[in-house]
Amino acid sequence: MTDLDTESTAPAVQDSVASTAPLLETRKLTRHFKVGRGLSRKLLHAVDDIDLTIDRQEIVALAGESGSGKSTIARLLAGVYHPTSGEIFYQGRPVSAMRSRREQLAYRGDVPMVFQDPFSSLNPAFRVSHGILRSLKLHRPELSRAQRFEEAERVVEAVGLSPAGDIMHRYPYELSGGQRQRIGFAQALAHKPKLILADEPVSMLDVSIRIGLLNLMSELRRTEGVSFLYITHDIASARYVADRLMIMYAGHIVESGPAESVLADPKHPYTDLLLGAVPDPRAPLSVAVEGDTGEPPKVIDPTPGCRFRWRCPLVVDECHTTTPALRLLGTKHEAACHVAEPDAETVSTGE
Amino acid sequence: MHGNTEGKPILEVRDLTVEYDTGGGRPVVAVDSVDLDVHAGEFVGVVGESGCGKSTLLFAIAQLLSPPAAITGGSVHFQGQDLVAMNEKKLAALRWRDYSVVMQSAMNALNPVKSIGSQFKDAIMAHNEPVSDERPAEVMRLVGIDPIHLKSYPHQLSGGMRQRAMIAMALLFTPDLIIMDEPTSALDVVAQRSLMVQIKELQQRLGFAVLFVTHDMSLISHFSDQLVVMYAGQVVEFGATRAVFDEPAHPYSKGLLDAFPSIRGPKQPLTGIPGSPPNLADPPSGCRFHPRCPVAFADCPKIEPELYPVGAVQARCLLHAPGRSQPAEPAREVTS
Repeated sequence: MTDLDTESTAPAVQDSVASTAPLLETRKLTRHFKVGRGLSRKLLHAVDDIDLTIDRQEIVALAGESGSGKSTIARLLAGVYHPTSGEIFYQGRPVSAMRSRREQLAYRGDVPMVFQDPFSSLNPAFRVSHGILRSLKLHRPELSRAQRFEEAERVVEAVGLSPAGDIMHRYPYELSGGQRQRIGFAQALAHKPKLILADEPVSMLDVSIRIGLLNLMSELRRTEGVSFLYITHDIASARYVADRLMIMYAGHIVESGPAESVLADPKHPYTDLLLGAVPDPRAPLSVAVEGDTGEPPKVIDPTPGCRFRWRCPLVVDECHTTTPALRLLGTKHEAACHVAEPDAETVSTGE
Repeated sequence: MHGNTEGKPILEVRDLTVEYDTGGGRPVVAVDSVDLDVHAGEFVGVVGESGCGKSTLLFAIAQLLSPPAAITGGSVHFQGQDLVAMNEKKLAALRWRDYSVVMQSAMNALNPVKSIGSQFKDAIMAHNEPVSDERPAEVMRLVGIDPIHLKSYPHQLSGGMRQRAMIAMALLFTPDLIIMDEPTSALDVVAQRSLMVQIKELQQRLGFAVLFVTHDMSLISHFSDQLVVMYAGQVVEFGATRAVFDEPAHPYSKGLLDAFPSIRGPKQPLTGIPGSPPNLADPPSGCRFHPRCPVAFADCPKIEPELYPVGAVQARCLLHAPGRSQPAEPAREVTS
């Protein structure tokens, strides 16, 4: 990957390590939720021991079924939830150490979120310029009123909506779903962000509109120098837009690597299952009969062992006793599986 | 192909038009003169984007429209009887017994305060059909759910199981036609795939016909026999599913097909379809797709195209109008 160190214009969180450390990194990131009360109190393990890194100008896709914990990760990174344990490092600095309001604000401006539903994430009572101008006022107080308008017009145009002046004066109901989602990206872009957390940004949109937004993400990476964490359940779109792909299952990352290599040579049996289920209109007609009913587990008070073992066709004894950790099995390609075989050359190079 | 396309269809929709009364203004024509046939044992898919009228069409066929929507023209013949002219009492007798409907969201379609089994019983009691006490357990087994869940309440089942329970209910009287409105859209891809495979298996085993509405063209590519592509209230392409997929005749079908990134093969830049679907209160003149069409020419905004035969399919595109002497077809050249 090109590790282009974009000249940091924003006086955001700057450290001496900032240039060498990855843009964002998590170590053993964990979040549990309490469910039930009294004697039936239990712990739902939404996200367990997540290690992930996102580099500058990189698009990383996080894919998995609903309930696998992918949105919890986005909310942890955005600071909506606090981790139960583990740490998030932003440009080498632990996020939990950012205690002052100024620092927290700077982090949130650098790592904004774009939401799934463009129909409910914009306030219907205000013109679309409202949200953009407000976040500009909050995150970039140095701008004058006129500069804020100028900047708002710039970001609206950057997301492919023109004429910007006209669009900004409209109310959300006057825009189509695709246009609203572009406004969502414009709002995030107004802060001069480093990393945009996009949580299923296209799943509510029509098929013919989706590609436009995926293309917008690649374009913004190029023109604005932002990274993306693209959260999705649609593997095909993840492949289309992302450099790296991480597959989640029941709160764990089970496979991670360059998108092409994960898809061409899946190491984890769950990835295999997921890929087999993706409808592909170009593939020849075949109706395969599978025994899998496709029910992902709820991870409540889990015992050690692989969480995929009940659905896994390759299950061995070890899977019931030991939780597999991510192992390097190919070039930058990891999987958490006891059975998965490494590529031959990986062993010899010992990367 | 399964399903016999010969003989008389069990469902014949002719010239069906549905309008939404806008209270004074021009009515919105959500379904515009749609013709559709479903033969016994056939799987017919209807695809289109949101707002293209596909769900309205399905509701109109099932006679489930409520004001301000109303059928303003055309007929729906089911096994020889016109459903549009039929009164509620007769319709009630027909529903569930001869045709049933599976809704998009099982979450909302099932009663949350009654067990699955008692909801099955309601449906049975509403019809004077001799049904054995074993039947509910039987249909649950058919869709792969342990009959013990007849005692369960909807919230105790997962999304996939609830949707299966809905399908089990639709199978109670072994109807000849099951109408499905995006039954898998709330499910994950693995659950979606396994439900589709199951629907197809049941269909082949029990021989009912399926009318399946979805926005996801790739989903039904492997399951449907006939495919209907809708745009802005009209059928723009109709034909055998494979034929439509292999060689889409209408630029919209082609655009829709090209909007899906693939997980296999070389990675190509895609463009999707520029613009957004039209407002049905004020549809574009001439061909309704012309403002978004990559191959539109001078006649498109002026002449309203009809469905023209193109090889094995029919397409509503002036490029295929009989009068045109096989033009240099830019719509085709990209098909590899």
